[in-house]
Amino acid sequence: MSFLEYRIQAVPSGLRKILYLNWPLVLLLTTVCAVGWLMLYSVAGGTLSTWAEPQMKRFAVGLTVMLIVAMIPIWFWRNISGVAYLLSIGLLVAVDIMGHVGMGAQRWLNLGFIMLQPSELMKIALVMMLAAYYDWLDPRKVSRPIWVLIPVILILVPVALVMVQPDLGTGILLMGGGAVVMFCAGVSWIYFAVVIGAGTGLVTLVLMSRGTPWQLLRDYQFRRIDIFLDPASDPLGAGYHITQAKIALGSGGWTGRGFMQGTQSRLNFLPEKHTDFIFTSLAEEFGFVGACSLLVLYVLIIAFCISSAIQMRDRFSALVTLGIAASFFFLFAVNMLMVMGLAPVVGVPLPLVSYGGSAMMVLLTAFGIVQSAHVHRAR
Amino acid sequence: MKRIAHRDSDDTTRRTTRRALILGGAMSAVAAVLGARMRYMQVDEADQYRMLAEENRVSIRLIPPHRGQIFDRNGRLIAGNEQNYRITITREDAGDVSDVLHRLQRVIPLTDADIARVEDEAKKRSAFVPLVVADRISWDDMSRVAVNAPSLPGVTPEVGQSRIYPFDADFAHVVGYVGPVSERDLAKQETPDPLLQIPQFQIGKVGLETWMEDTLRGEAGTKRIEVNAVGRVMRELGRVEGQPGADLTLTIDAEVQNFVQARLGSESAAVVAMDVTNGDLLAISSTPSFDPNLFVRGISYGDYAALTGNDHRPLANKTVSGAYPPGSTFKMVTALAALEAGVIDAETRVYCPGYYEVAGRRFHCWSRGGHGHLALDEALGRSCDVYFYDVSQRVGIDKIADMGRRLGLGQRHDLPMSAIVEGVMPDKAWKAASYGQEWRVGDTINASIGQGYVLTSPLQLAVMTARLASGRAVAPRLVKAIGGQDVPETEAPPLDVDPRLLRQVRQGMHTVSNTFGMTGYSNRIVDPALTMAGKSGTSQVRNITAAERARGVISNDQLPWNRRDHALFVGFAPYDNPRVAVSCVVEHGGGGSTVAAPILRDVLLRILTGGTPPLSAYPASQRARIETALSELPLRQFDTLASATGTRGRA
Repeated sequence: MSFLEYRIQAVPSGLRKILYLNWPLVLLLTTVCAVGWLMLYSVAGGTLSTWAEPQMKRFAVGLTVMLIVAMIPIWFWRNISGVAYLLSIGLLVAVDIMGHVGMGAQRWLNLGFIMLQPSELMKIALVMMLAAYYDWLDPRKVSRPIWVLIPVILILVPVALVMVQPDLGTGILLMGGGAVVMFCAGVSWIYFAVVIGAGTGLVTLVLMSRGTPWQLLRDYQFRRIDIFLDPASDPLGAGYHITQAKIALGSGGWTGRGFMQGTQSRLNFLPEKHTDFIFTSLAEEFGFVGACSLLVLYVLIIAFCISSAIQMRDRFSALVTLGIAASFFFLFAVNMLMVMGLAPVVGVPLPLVSYGGSAMMVLLTAFGIVQSAHVHRAR
Repeated sequence: MKRIAHRDSDDTTRRTTRRALILGGAMSAVAAVLGARMRYMQVDEADQYRMLAEENRVSIRLIPPHRGQIFDRNGRLIAGNEQNYRITITREDAGDVSDVLHRLQRVIPLTDADIARVEDEAKKRSAFVPLVVADRISWDDMSRVAVNAPSLPGVTPEVGQSRIYPFDADFAHVVGYVGPVSERDLAKQETPDPLLQIPQFQIGKVGLETWMEDTLRGEAGTKRIEVNAVGRVMRELGRVEGQPGADLTLTIDAEVQNFVQARLGSESAAVVAMDVTNGDLLAISSTPSFDPNLFVRGISYGDYAALTGNDHRPLANKTVSGAYPPGSTFKMVTALAALEAGVIDAETRVYCPGYYEVAGRRFHCWSRGGHGHLALDEALGRSCDVYFYDVSQRVGIDKIADMGRRLGLGQRHDLPMSAIVEGVMPDKAWKAASYGQEWRVGDTINASIGQGYVLTSPLQLAVMTARLASGRAVAPRLVKAIGGQDVPETEAPPLDVDPRLLRQVRQGMHTVSNTFGMTGYSNRIVDPALTMAGKSGTSQVRNITAAERARGVISNDQLPWNRRDHALFVGFAPYDNPRVAVSCVVEHGGGGSTVAAPILRDVLLRILTGGTPPLSAYPASQRARIETALSELPLRQFDTLASATGTRGRA
């Protein structure tokens, strides 16, 4: 079903669109961001200016961007999907060639006025590209091998570009997001079964490659896997991060130590306490109740997205909404699994809470597209 | 535009919805796992993680206690704690360490080597660790740094505690000194006090400081502090104050001690002065001495080499560690043994032809011409050797040795001082055990005049004199009070010797000092209330060969210093009511009656009169000479010192 088939009259126009926004979703996103400001204020030792204030300003910008994106009809976004995808690929290539090295990986591109992380941009662009692809494709053909191969290539090209940076976490997230779009588009179960089987084989192969000349991961990535499997093996060295994170999280108890009372974060035992490990600070200071509340907020965001997607009869809208929801889910799930010691430390921030402008801007833009799909849905 | 119903369209939408719901279900499952894991860690395992978090952040640090101070019997400070000003620099606050140090160099004296050392250290240590730039700086330098603080980021003036000995060399041998804990100190103890692990913590190294270490050290306090991940102290959570070390009060009188040190001057000598009634040591002095403050501050190689290379052995405490042949000062022991055995009485006369022949050997008296017939009084007075040779043959070595031991010789007197020697009080069993040889007649002859195997320390000689004077088995005592509590004085038991015989020996010692022509006469005290009794000794440190004797005995002056005789004198006063006993040994000093006796007389008078010895106590002919000598003594000004050490309270 193409956008030409819309009953245009049913779609709100002008400022009336604002009334048709998914307001609960806006409220949820703002609440999660507010939790982020609170925690950034706390881990900065009670100062606003260090992290919380810049983050608030970015949120204000991001919210505006989200609303503008929501106002623009969803078919516009469908139409520029290909361009966005190619642009993102171009930026990824650029960053691999001349990117700024930060934290041991080439991820940042200095555009003069902003430090851009193209892999972030790719997360939306890929989902949009795939959604547009399935919108265009005859639904009866989705499971034919040749039509399955094309989206697989569309996914693997950016994944490969991200992996060489090297950024394992984003690579996995891209694959996850892409796979979800394919899954929701109705690609046969068999392919997923095959891929999962092959993936297991690949993991085995990667682990076996260690120490051989054709080693598939960097040494530090292997070390992270080791530490994930047994953090106690090196509590003061490489396992320090995860051990301290678990201590912070566990010491929270039911209700936590209280706002600004978390010793682990205040005394710098926690690494990356304002970015990847901010969830442990929250868990330490607000305990099980606080941590669970944040989890519930995240789940509600996903739930609103899914329920919105189900109401959409336009394939692009539904798939892009589901893809963005899934990408968002992967972000917080991987981050939480990581800080709780259930997944290796792969450097994934907690969405909308961790300090970082680039990631938040991209996420809010993505939710802008979700909102656009919601506003402009067929009725 | 009308929407065209498509046959597959609804199917497709339904499939997407189905798949979306499956996706939602899978996500919910993962979220449930996350929630369950959170519950497990934060609720079920919370206590364990809470404990780990506490271990992380709380660190316990020791607060070093104030070391107990040491005072003399009149409350003068001998060893105290001084405020020690030092300058530290912290790299993270300083920024450019080198730049700041060079600016600091313009404010206080700093060598380029100091700067290089600090820069080097700064590279190795964490940025927040304060590094010592200058230690023991003056108050002026300290204030200059404080005034210039704005231009010296990261530079902090600090105040610490350090040991100080206001009397410098006077008490070096008695009190000893403290120094930083060494690996060897730690190895000596099975479970070292955790205090010893504190960097630069000072403990007693020698002397009283080390023997009374446990009393002086006190107990460490602790403070619980919160540290961050890199170990920086964030705040104090609580503290338990420690127990400061107990102060000690010594029996020594600092003024007397100073007088004795000055009187001995540059001689290699030792003087022990004792209260005969209770054994209190009033002065215990060994010269030359050294400044213990040098050791506390870290002695330079050159200073240390000068001390160890000196043939007068400044580092040795000769009063308790030196073992000398007592020479004629031993003759009281021989006499008393003989009197007690009944082989002679005070009137028994012995003929001295200048030598004594036994077992085919001839033993000479110091007077080649002989002394003729003499009884005990005169034998002691003239220090006739032959008399004692003869008497010793009648009484035998074992009885002499037994008497010597009863008088305190050949045994270790327990004082809190380092390297106390036992000396040697030889008898037949001792020789058999030590040399596996039989005791010979000549051994007794030598021992009877305090030569041969007999070795005594100045402390033992003082104890012997005190016991002869008081008739009691007095034991030396150095510590008068601990932590303000007087150490109880136990009355010494009466000496196991007939008082009548003791009186006869004391009479002989009186003759030595007060009868014209006797060895100690020229060094008598003329004040009848302070009359002294004593005995000289001149002990050989070499054997006089027959060839030397044939050439005529060489006088001491012509010998190299280290082959000259030791000069000894023991004495007590007042004769009628003995209060103080003193022993004096001047190493390689020459004759006991000419070198040691004048010193001993001055010391006795100094103690008994409580001030500069009055000239009226000296024989009239000597007064002018003694007045000059006394006025030239480099004595400490005690009035000013008392005010300087007036800050006795704890800082």
